[in-house]
Amino acid sequence: MTAAVLESVESFRQRAREWLAANLTPEAEARGHRAGAAGRDEGVWQRARELQATLHAGGFAGITFPREYGGLGLTLAHQRAFNAEAAGYELPVLLNIPTFAICCATLLDMASEEIKREHIAAAIRGEEIFVQFLSEPGSGSDLASVKTRADRRRDSFILSGTKIWSSAAYAADYALCLARTNWDVPKHEGLTMFLVKVRQPGVEVRQIRQVDGSSEFCQEFIDGVEVPASNVVGEVNGGWTVASRQLFHERSAMGGTSPFISGRHPSKGRMTSAHELAGLARSAGRAADPAARELIAEYHSLDRIETWLADRVGTAIRSGALPPAASSLTRLFSGEAITRRAEIALEVAGPLAAMSGPAGPAVPPVGVRFIARQGGSLGGGSTEMARNIISERLLAMPREHAADKGVPFSQVKRGR
Amino acid sequence: MRLDLTADQRLLQSATARFLASASPVAVTRALHAEGRSFDRDTWLRGAELGWMSLLVPEGLGGGSVSGAGLIDATIIAEQFGAIAAPGPFLPVNVVAFALAEAVHAQEPNAAAHAGLLKRLLAGEAIATWACWPPGGGWDPEAGAIAAIPEGEGYRLTGVHEGVEAAADADAFLVLARVPESTAPEGLTQLIVPATADGLTVTPMGTLDLTRGFGRVRYDGVEVGPEAVVGSTTDGRPGQAADAVERQFQVAVVLQCAELVGVIDTVLEFTRQWLADRFTFGRPLESYQALKHRFADLATWSHAAQAATYAAAEAVHERREDAAEVVSIAKAYVGQRATDIVQDCVQLHGGLGVTWEHDIHVYLRRATVGRVTWGTPSQHRRRIADLLNV
Repeated sequence: MTAAVLESVESFRQRAREWLAANLTPEAEARGHRAGAAGRDEGVWQRARELQATLHAGGFAGITFPREYGGLGLTLAHQRAFNAEAAGYELPVLLNIPTFAICCATLLDMASEEIKREHIAAAIRGEEIFVQFLSEPGSGSDLASVKTRADRRRDSFILSGTKIWSSAAYAADYALCLARTNWDVPKHEGLTMFLVKVRQPGVEVRQIRQVDGSSEFCQEFIDGVEVPASNVVGEVNGGWTVASRQLFHERSAMGGTSPFISGRHPSKGRMTSAHELAGLARSAGRAADPAARELIAEYHSLDRIETWLADRVGTAIRSGALPPAASSLTRLFSGEAITRRAEIALEVAGPLAAMSGPAGPAVPPVGVRFIARQGGSLGGGSTEMARNIISERLLAMPREHAADKGVPFSQVKRGR
Repeated sequence: MRLDLTADQRLLQSATARFLASASPVAVTRALHAEGRSFDRDTWLRGAELGWMSLLVPEGLGGGSVSGAGLIDATIIAEQFGAIAAPGPFLPVNVVAFALAEAVHAQEPNAAAHAGLLKRLLAGEAIATWACWPPGGGWDPEAGAIAAIPEGEGYRLTGVHEGVEAAADADAFLVLARVPESTAPEGLTQLIVPATADGLTVTPMGTLDLTRGFGRVRYDGVEVGPEAVVGSTTDGRPGQAADAVERQFQVAVVLQCAELVGVIDTVLEFTRQWLADRFTFGRPLESYQALKHRFADLATWSHAAQAATYAAAEAVHERREDAAEVVSIAKAYVGQRATDIVQDCVQLHGGLGVTWEHDIHVYLRRATVGRVTWGTPSQHRRRIADLLNV
């Protein structure tokens, strides 16, 4: 497809505006229908599938994915126009991360033609949801040290091990699972990425309850699951290349520079807006307090600067002015901004952040967000790792000493 | 710097950087300061030839931008002034040139009178600056308006402005004044007053900055004619300057943020080099994770400061509705982070960083003065809250 036959951004925007108004529900109204539902559950994911199918039927799904894989083959400018028009509508934003912006983006870069044609298209139709099986209880920042094993048996591999911190695995159909296929080479060289069916015997998914009361994250126990060799993504023993690409897409998605986010970032809607914070300040009797007003301004400023930074870095990575590692700049900024904003909201709300108001006995979200704020500086790669990447890969400072460098993985020292 | 410059903008950037590096290295600036001078007029004339003052002025009036977005181009030059800690009234002259160009462009009755000064500013032959700050550290330009009492055809000016950049070098002042309510027409006005006017005295103020001078301007019944008014309505009535003042303020803050971004860039660059060159316990400083992580923070703040500055430049250039808010967000962030970053770099330099000999204090002074002039971060945050109507 050449640029000459692409629909103009303005025409696309106009069509999107009309279609959205005719076919989707305003978000506030949709929220009303689900009132009382605490957190996310199967129902919410089922709704996301339906909404995605609606988008697909209307011709507004997979905007920046290539046409041969079920997308529209349009540009980031089209996606942004759609996002601007779609603000305020109920959309399947849950599918943005990790299904589209991380998993499908990685498949697009790395998977076989067959996998791309089958699975990216199925996700765009709302028929498949993806999850990442990367971290393990003993392998977080040092992801290349994963110990889930994949042993070759004729035309397939047998997988066994445990994975953790996978978001909404309970609702997912397929996982991108990083496993070790060779134990006698250094850690990066013996890994392979598999596309694994989640709902099958031998895969047990357990939800983990977190401090904010949610049970979004899961741990999986994989026991002798057979995966066909055709489900290898990339090369056998070339899994680290795939994982690196996946981590890049994850940073882009978390930092707001991904071209595959349709609508908004799934977590953005959960943040308290500056005006909501101002409402809290009024309730706390601090509306005219210059200190509270300054804090609200800072809260609002961080949000806007985060967007401008993501634009700057995202554009520069696409043009080649900055290397892909620059996505750690936005990752670090947003991790720190979440921390600071949680602090500000607590300070402005005062006791109202810690105790329920007259509206009901529910614990105020501002207080919950404060105690759970590390979600923003751990999830999607810790801010410490972002600082390593910025200093080493962007600023070319010496890399940290690694005791496992060049050592066959089977001989690397492990803790208990 | 911007990561999306056009070829022409890159040329403007490299030409400016080369010229300033050869004409105004920090050693020359230090020597000028030692002689009690704030900048060199000959350098200024040559800079004018490079188009330093023409960017915010339309082509029809003798100006012209490189990209069609004059304010974006001007930030490229402002950044280089910061990067080289170059002296010279780039910000105030451009703000006055912008104000005059807007007035001439609007075909105000005094257009002809202002066109002459504008031409001399563009050529670098004259220096003009915006006198708008009240004494005692206020920051709202509107609060800085002195009294302009109608007298005959003209006005009689009484009052004091402080913190006027390049006051001692200015040939003319764009003076912010208010015509008292009792004598119609009322409201804010701006007037061009020559430095030689009777009753006008300029006293230099001591400043932290080694690269720029500031002064106090006192008006003891200075008499000006009706042609001095800038920004009058088409029927020649003064008092409608509030919008123009806001626009000039926005332009000034954008240029100031760009200068600060340039300061940050240079300081990070030479500090990065220092971390590589300086060894301790047999390893370069850059190999310590504590310092790597700290520098990663500084680099991130620097990118965010740049993103905010360019967002502000675009909002003002496009005259967007949220321009005032975006500008204040930029200044609140950049002003704070500029001093955070430079002072952290002083720490990373160890004892060397606190010597007079090392150039880092020249940049720290500039960053500090930039932080507290044209509104402190705290003052801008209050303005953001007001603008958000929270």
